[in-house]
Amino acid sequence: MKTYECDVVVVGGGPGGSMAAKYCSLGGLNTIMIEKKAEIGSPLRCAEGVSKKWLEEVGITPDPAWICADMVGAVIRSPSGHTFKLDESKAGSEVGYVLERHLFDKALARQAAEAGAKIMLRTAATGVIKENGKLAGVKARSMGEAIEIRAKAVVAADGFESQLARWAGIDTSLKLNDICSCIQYRMTNIDIDPEYCEFVIGSSVAPGGYLWIFPKGKGAANVGIGVMGTRCKNGEAKTYLDKFVATDPRFRNAQSLEIVGGMVSTCPGLECAVDDNIILVGDAARIIDPITGGGICHACRTGMYAGKVLVEAVSKGDLSKKALMPYEKMWRDRMEDKLYRNWMAKERLAELDDATIDELVKLISGSDIEEVNVYNLLRVIKERFPKVVEGFEELI
Amino acid sequence: MKVDVDKCLHCGGCVGSCPANAIYLNDFVLEFSESCTKCRRCVNLCPVHALSMEAKA
Repeated sequence: MKTYECDVVVVGGGPGGSMAAKYCSLGGLNTIMIEKKAEIGSPLRCAEGVSKKWLEEVGITPDPAWICADMVGAVIRSPSGHTFKLDESKAGSEVGYVLERHLFDKALARQAAEAGAKIMLRTAATGVIKENGKLAGVKARSMGEAIEIRAKAVVAADGFESQLARWAGIDTSLKLNDICSCIQYRMTNIDIDPEYCEFVIGSSVAPGGYLWIFPKGKGAANVGIGVMGTRCKNGEAKTYLDKFVATDPRFRNAQSLEIVGGMVSTCPGLECAVDDNIILVGDAARIIDPITGGGICHACRTGMYAGKVLVEAVSKGDLSKKALMPYEKMWRDRMEDKLYRNWMAKERLAELDDATIDELVKLISGSDIEEVNVYNLLRVIKERFPKVVEGFEELI
Repeated sequence: MKVDVDKCLHCGGCVGSCPANAIYLNDFVLEFSESCTKCRRCVNLCPVHALSMEAKA
């Protein structure tokens, strides 16, 4: 069997994997990143919306090559049609760019390659290598051939599937209420405002989740839906999305150019995302905003943290769980409070009926929110509907 | 488990949500292992209803 030797093997070529591979390589580690697909960034796996603030934090310079549309605001729509429109002055950190993910992901993978990482496409992990009870790399199939990649450490960046960690003995399974089933159409020939992201909430539209319209230039948008796991029966996500598209006049002449399926976790992250010789990043570590389902910035941050911690650990020759724990501290210090707050809020908002959501949307349209983000919306809700935020008021 | 290959989008959602880690997706082909407990979670969650419980024909 063909065997590769390296310092770090990164499983998964999404944003989290590429960032980890980049920072490992920049620190001088011999790094291999494997990706089971034939192309980095394709097929699409998300709604492509990101905020702008975090890019600098992870060393990414905005590039028109992968920015599809620049948002100036957002619209929140209730089931009966009440809207709350945020103009440019109030559009906060939750709106930003709509990306071309297939180009964004490639740009990050290019940075990893330029830093020295080796990239192997069509290479799917099939298991882990254990030696004397210790994780010593991954087994994979590369272009149909069984191979082994032996490494001092493994970065699990295999996204929502998150199997690598489970093979290594870390439980990444989710409760049903912490899963959202999603489907999205990339639509064209539609009549929407190309500068505003729209979020439609309400249990009759998207039970326990929301429906999104993220513009991708004039007359085009990603139109998708997420439905909470406990509210899904027999593939109903598509039924809900089709119903919305069929009844909203803006989509009368719409055609789909692409169908995207997927799921997201909506928990506040794993209890621990490291173990001996392994670090989990991004979706694989269940580190995703539980309200928005946005995970690109989390994947980029955790990938960068993982790379930096591994460089340090390899230089000291210690890749034990204890030696990798600085990673755990880094992501928790940066994101844990917000993840936990949004997880609690998601649970409560999912319980509200459509009439209450109508009230909520009316309430926030009458408020004087200066910058719109989940935090400020929750603050308004706290004043008027204190029950919704009971138990986590101290985080708001 | 039965996979409707004409519906499946290979998104891997069932893989990540399976409580028994019984599903493997090698890019295009879904494989169910013996550890599947027939809990129906994937049947309900699949966004395009590509999975069902009927035995393979």
